[in-house]
Amino acid sequence: MSEVLGASKGRELAASGLEDRRHGGGRQAVADAWVIAWKDILDFTRDRMRLISFVIMPIFMMVMTGYIFPNQNSLQNMPLAVVNQDQGPLSRMIVDALNKMTLPAGGGQARQGMAALGEAGPGKTASRSRSGNPVFRIQPAGSLAEAKELIKSGQANGAVFIPRDFTRQVGQGKQPHLVVVTDQANLQISSMLSSVLDQFLGAMATQVGAQKVAPLLAARETAPGPRASAGASGDGGSAGAVPGEGLLQMMAGAMQQAYGGLGAGGLQRARATVQPFVVRIEGIVPGPPNYFQFMAPGIMAMVVVMAVMMGLAGAISREREIGTLDGILIAPINRLSIIIGKTISQSLRGLVQGAVVLILAILLFHVKVYGSIAWVAGLLLLGIFSFVGLGILISAFATEQETAMTILMTLQFPMMFLSGAFFPVQQMPTFMQGLSKLVPLTYAIDGLRKVIILGAGWSAIQTEVLVLTGFGLAMLLVAIPAFNRVITR
Amino acid sequence: MMGREPQDDVIVVDDLVREFGDFTAVDHMSFRVHEGEVFGLLGPNGAGKSTTIRMLCTLLRPTGGHARIAGYDVVRQASQVRQHIGLVAEKLILYDRLTARENLRLFGKLNHLPEQVIDERADYWLDRLQMTRWQDHLAGTFSTGMKQRINIARALLNMPRVLFLDEPTLGLDPQTTRSIREFIMELHKQGMTIILTTHMMAEAEMLCDRVGIVDHGKMVALDTPGGLKRLVSDNGRLVLELEISNLSESMVRDLQALPEVASIDHESATSLRLHAQPGEGGSTEVLSRVIAAIHADGGRILRLSTVEPTLEDVFLKLTGRAMRDEASEKVAPRRGHWRRAATRVR
Ligand SMILES: Nc1ncnc2c1ncn2[C@@H]1O[C@H](COP(=O)(O)OP(=O)(O)OP(=O)(O)O)[C@@H](O)[C@H]1O
Ligand SMILES: [Mg+2]
Repeated sequence: MSEVLGASKGRELAASGLEDRRHGGGRQAVADAWVIAWKDILDFTRDRMRLISFVIMPIFMMVMTGYIFPNQNSLQNMPLAVVNQDQGPLSRMIVDALNKMTLPAGGGQARQGMAALGEAGPGKTASRSRSGNPVFRIQPAGSLAEAKELIKSGQANGAVFIPRDFTRQVGQGKQPHLVVVTDQANLQISSMLSSVLDQFLGAMATQVGAQKVAPLLAARETAPGPRASAGASGDGGSAGAVPGEGLLQMMAGAMQQAYGGLGAGGLQRARATVQPFVVRIEGIVPGPPNYFQFMAPGIMAMVVVMAVMMGLAGAISREREIGTLDGILIAPINRLSIIIGKTISQSLRGLVQGAVVLILAILLFHVKVYGSIAWVAGLLLLGIFSFVGLGILISAFATEQETAMTILMTLQFPMMFLSGAFFPVQQMPTFMQGLSKLVPLTYAIDGLRKVIILGAGWSAIQTEVLVLTGFGLAMLLVAIPAFNRVITR
Repeated sequence: MMGREPQDDVIVVDDLVREFGDFTAVDHMSFRVHEGEVFGLLGPNGAGKSTTIRMLCTLLRPTGGHARIAGYDVVRQASQVRQHIGLVAEKLILYDRLTARENLRLFGKLNHLPEQVIDERADYWLDRLQMTRWQDHLAGTFSTGMKQRINIARALLNMPRVLFLDEPTLGLDPQTTRSIREFIMELHKQGMTIILTTHMMAEAEMLCDRVGIVDHGKMVALDTPGGLKRLVSDNGRLVLELEISNLSESMVRDLQALPEVASIDHESATSLRLHAQPGEGGSTEVLSRVIAAIHADGGRILRLSTVEPTLEDVFLKLTGRAMRDEASEKVAPRRGHWRRAATRVR
């Protein structure tokens, strides 16, 4: 060999290298893996375009999902058509309360309170400015058909229809129908609208029920006041009521407190009885902070797992395509080192990307991590691990980068939805729920949600950890032999 | 070079076969390469040269036959084989976003060389390939020629016993081509065993001790360049190129009438190519008769040369096809069986 170099310098060089030709051994394999990982990272950090898209992608993802999904802004000034064919006080009260329903002006943590129904009295408009922006902008309409036209033309997001004799029928215990019309073409808004109205009307019913108590209390303290004014104020429906019986009495109490000519002391007491039934939207209507708390773990897991899969399959098939993989393959190193090295570099990238998502979620969307960051990182790594095999399998069979990317894209789409990253798995049909159990991403996201939202620790995420590890091992058991076979076809 | 003992053979290829589906890219190929020899595989596109090289480099599994490099089987002892080889493949093995030196360091480490050794060798080869001043520049900014130099330095980093060069001058300008060829000759002088593939006759002739001519996956001839040429000239054919300022029809007719002359090709108004079959007097006899015939017709000879047969002629004779026509349309190497039929150039 020494004659190759001729010069004595060359002879020295050749001799010094002979010692180091040995290879094999676990430690050597890991060292080789690091060399490959180091190369990948160096290569990556020098690609400015990739570096930019690497940071931009999660930001884009976060901001998009943060703003396309319903948030507080869409809960303001929603045009709502109201058809009130009833002339009774109950319907007027409902309309009035809808009119006055507000959200707090500031974004921040959800403190959305809905104006108290009890304050829904005439001359109390001051309360509106105190509480912030109105939820609804009421568009009076003459008939249901007219209201539907308003929805169709986009002038209203929904409609509330109060039929003729509503108040009286309530009084007679006949359970009249109050119709809420939603716009099916605008699912997000209409689901929000119906949930707001549901709560509102439900709360109203509760309150009306609770009024049962109020007259009793009032009767004890101020003698016949309520009963007398019930007769006076109750026009129409309440006139023919039998005192002390059913709904009518409750209604009477409500009417009296809202409109009745009670003295200052009486009003105060009435408020006190009503106040416990103030309706709050908080935590039920999807406001951004809460919704994001739910979304962030899903997005994080998805971004990271997808980035790593793409990176892994893409990097190997790319190196294959441009020919540099041959250089690695003819080096006297274990094939496993190639897989490990690529996995290390991609996982590091994935973790950094996950951190970008999490930091954005915390800064921009006020997400709070209740559990430990270490578990978040751990679950992300396990999520990555569960997909490494698949990535390698794809790269082994796809000889061109383009093919690998196409396969990945095809997998990514159903996985996005099956994993519950955007929509809770529990809302899916049973069949789909079963399918989602086959996607390891589901477990990664579940685990992350438990840690981030519920502050869960090891005991609560055992299943997820075990399933992810199992998935990962099983995939690798298939992928590594396949890779070794296919790569030198 | 000839008649060595078999144990001197660094490369032993025995009945090697590689099939892709029902297509045989390498068809029962056998040859041996001696230590310190430059061995050429010459053939048109798609002949199976690269496929052979890839099998010898453990990058592709043979579907039949055996091959040994430095005594190790390329399938069963692949990792030992890898310690003894260096490869300059068809595609550059070089990372564009790493500097020249980083590239060398990377592949040095993958060959388990200590850092100090890597640096010494990198210095040495960079210097010999005149790339020292570019060592800290990103490889992506290099010209094709510069990239190829680094690529060669990379292949030499582990001081391989066998260096594989798969079309090392492809796509390089004439100047770089020449300096790479000179570098290969230097390596040869220093005793390195080299396997080189090319579809350029001149390259094989210039660099190789022995040349195997490959066609349709088969080795159709194997000899020294001189020996191969004798395959053509030993047949006794003599080719003369003549330039005559006052070339005329009667002159051609008179030449044609000579008993040794087989055929005459008119190349232009003043030049012709003459194929002759020398008789007992040999080529000297033919030459003097031709000159005499021209003089008799009052012709003025501007130039007369005997045309040495080239490997090109050898290829033509062996396969019945000219090589240049096919080699001119180089297609990108294709994988994937479904496109094979459409893209194979044969
Ligand atoms: N992976 C593969 N799958 C299918 N066919 C292949 C594959 N690799 C090579 N071939 C085919 O085998 C034949 C020989 O290819 P090879 O690359 O060895 O030719 P070559 O002599 O190196 O030619 P070139 O001068 O074009 O480099 C070609 O027809 C090619 O299409
Ligand atoms: Mg080739």
